[in-house]
Amino acid sequence: MSAAGHPSFLDDTGPRKGVLAWILSTDHKRIGLLYLYASLGFFFAGALIGLVMRLVQLDRFHHLVGAQTYNALFTVHGVVMIFLFVIPGLPAVFGNFMLPLLIGAQDVAFPRLNLASWYFYMAGAAIALASLFLGHGPPDTGWSFYAPFSLRTGTNVTLAVFGAFVLGFSSMLTGINFITTIHRLRAPGMTWFRMPLFPWSIYATSWIQVLATPILATTLMLVMLERIAGVGIFDPARGGDPLLYQHMFWIYSHPAVYIMILPAMGVITEILPTFARRTIFGYKAIAFSSIGIAAVGSLVWGHHMFTSGMSPFANLLFSLLTMIVAVPSAIKVFNWTATLYKGSIDFQPPLLYALTFIFLFSIGGLTGVMQGALAVNVHLHDTYFIVGHFHYVMFGGTGFGFFAALLYWFPKMFGRMYSKTAAWIAWVPMFIGFNMLYFTMLVLGLEGMPRRYYNHLPVFNTGHEVATVGSWILVLGLVIFFANLAYARFYGAEAGPAPWGGSTLEWTTPSPPPVENFPEPPVVTRGPYVYGLGARP
Amino acid sequence: MNLEAVLPHEHRDDFAGKLGMWLFLLTEILFFSGLFLCYSYLRAKYPADFHQAGSDMNVVLGVANTIVLLTSSLTLAAGIVAIQRRRRRLALGCVLATILLGLVFLVDKAVEWTAEIHHGLYPGASHLARQPPGVQVFFGLYYTMTGLHGLHVIAGISVLSVMAVWVARGRIEPDRPLALENSGLFWHLVDVVWIFLLPLFYLAA
Amino acid sequence: MNEKYSDRSGVEPADRHAGPGYSTLVAVWAALVALTGLLVLVSRAGQGAAVWGLLLITPLKASLVFYFFMHLKYEGLLLKTVLAVALCTLVVFFTLLFADTAFH
Repeated sequence: MSAAGHPSFLDDTGPRKGVLAWILSTDHKRIGLLYLYASLGFFFAGALIGLVMRLVQLDRFHHLVGAQTYNALFTVHGVVMIFLFVIPGLPAVFGNFMLPLLIGAQDVAFPRLNLASWYFYMAGAAIALASLFLGHGPPDTGWSFYAPFSLRTGTNVTLAVFGAFVLGFSSMLTGINFITTIHRLRAPGMTWFRMPLFPWSIYATSWIQVLATPILATTLMLVMLERIAGVGIFDPARGGDPLLYQHMFWIYSHPAVYIMILPAMGVITEILPTFARRTIFGYKAIAFSSIGIAAVGSLVWGHHMFTSGMSPFANLLFSLLTMIVAVPSAIKVFNWTATLYKGSIDFQPPLLYALTFIFLFSIGGLTGVMQGALAVNVHLHDTYFIVGHFHYVMFGGTGFGFFAALLYWFPKMFGRMYSKTAAWIAWVPMFIGFNMLYFTMLVLGLEGMPRRYYNHLPVFNTGHEVATVGSWILVLGLVIFFANLAYARFYGAEAGPAPWGGSTLEWTTPSPPPVENFPEPPVVTRGPYVYGLGARP
Repeated sequence: MNLEAVLPHEHRDDFAGKLGMWLFLLTEILFFSGLFLCYSYLRAKYPADFHQAGSDMNVVLGVANTIVLLTSSLTLAAGIVAIQRRRRRLALGCVLATILLGLVFLVDKAVEWTAEIHHGLYPGASHLARQPPGVQVFFGLYYTMTGLHGLHVIAGISVLSVMAVWVARGRIEPDRPLALENSGLFWHLVDVVWIFLLPLFYLAA
Repeated sequence: MNEKYSDRSGVEPADRHAGPGYSTLVAVWAALVALTGLLVLVSRAGQGAAVWGLLLITPLKASLVFYFFMHLKYEGLLLKTVLAVALCTLVVFFTLLFADTAFH
């Protein structure tokens, strides 16, 4: 029910009512919320598994689970977090909800396909989760399902892999939908370079989804065929090559990390101008760097395989390309910083979390560059350093980007404002806990602690204890954060159309938006981030 | 500024439909290309074995199937021209001819596979397991790639059957035959995939 | 539905009926059959020739199908670019994979 008393997309104005009006809705806003609730549920489940994993690394609780179960835990943690939260999260939730609003459209190009994408998502999730309970138990291969172990282990790899295969369709169809939407449905007068930068990031992301995901589909299909029909492509016993598996897997999974991060960067680019009351610095640089990250990001997959037996020439080439891919990301960081310079800062919660993103993502990115150096990689591969690195970029980056997007667009989506104080309060344990947990992992990795190990040498005890306590503090922060939003969803103060003073199109329509988004189709005569005198849309 | 575009009215965006279809075709191209990547990697690893396994393939059937699919693409493309020129019966005939040729392809394939399975050349067969590793891999790729292709032929035939009904009932408009065009795009892509499969498996010797 | 076609390539009325006629289609078909025959001949001339045949003749055949049967010749720049992006991606994947396999 909308707060403001006018009918919004949250009200059932069509022929259907209740649950059916939601799960059969082709309204991009409702589909965005369906994704939001589902993906947050999966995030909490994945986080819970993470908590248990951390607990088991304490001596006192070490025998809570056995080694086999531990292997299953980190596999499922990875599968759930990566395939059900980090990859779909920002594009499916905020791409769906905000993209049409940001470009002044009534919906996406293919609304029914959009709903179908959500069903693929839920089906894939159901299949993947079913693998936990059926047959010989949850997969124990790690979320990367490396051959030949994934071909031979008795656990439910086939089902889990099939779940991921189905999820891929959701990703591809969403990408097709968004590319077409951006090409065809921009409001009159909105040229490409008057389009806000979140749609630019969604555009680049969608291209990766369309081009890279099919390779994952191929790889997963081959794993299933090997397990079921004995086809030999990756299994050395049948003449196959496990290195080929790694190539095929990472050809998708590296670009996948750019699917994860590009929308988050787009969110930051939306937030900073609003709270600095300044136009974005270097609009075209940011737009083109998104495309650049997508393009160069497809060239670096071998950096996951430096120690796997690739030729030295390939190692050199991929290392060089990895150094290059850091450049467009750095360009964004410089432009964001320059945007704040001499701005009129309004330090609201979305800005706090956006700045946190920049800090945490920078650490993650820099540790990534470290890993790209061949000599260093030999020592760091498969250690906790890698685990720390990717949590800094995936959680500190995409995760905090997701939180920032929630804080920024929550009033628009639900017509209510949350407690800003609570958002600040939640940040403290989140930030402290996060760094306790993951910075310690960087140190542990440098000292030699391997990843995906049930046991650890006593010399690593202190590090694990610090990290585990950090996980508790982090989770405390998350609880406060989401309790705040959950409460505000129903009892928050009413929010107007533009509570932050944002200048992009979504702030010109009521909060929550009506079903058709804009009572009058907007006509655009200027770029997206204009503040000061004469800044009417 | 185009006022007509600003005022809300019922309007289908055919170009969006075509763009969306092409983007979907990209995913299909990339999907099959994943298998081509595996093929090229493994062929580089086992050049002699692939050569040997290729000599077991039935070149005549492979080339025949190629001609069948090329002709089916011709008939379908002609069918779209026919619809645009308002020759509905001719268009229907073309679509049906395409379906028929697709079925001929599938029958050929079934004959081929049956023969190969009869000779013990299938994944899991003990005869195949005694072959050199590259030969095993060759046949693994062969069944996977032609099998996946065959599934797409079946899907294409199913879609074209629906199109045949629509053409017969006059549901395809001569000025905007979007559904038929998009179905055609899918079918032609299936043809392109086979164009690449032919030399990889049948002309490898 | 609020729509503004900011990319007008391909929707001008003139494009709707642009396309190959029957004779063009048959000519393309004949070329494809001929190229297939050429490919078979070339592949019998030895391994090296077979690989060159694969790398040159096969993409040519595919191009004919894309250009004429799939109407790409008559489409605007956008669709041509869309396909080009996919093909460039593939070239990149094959090249970088080759960087590994060629030196094993």
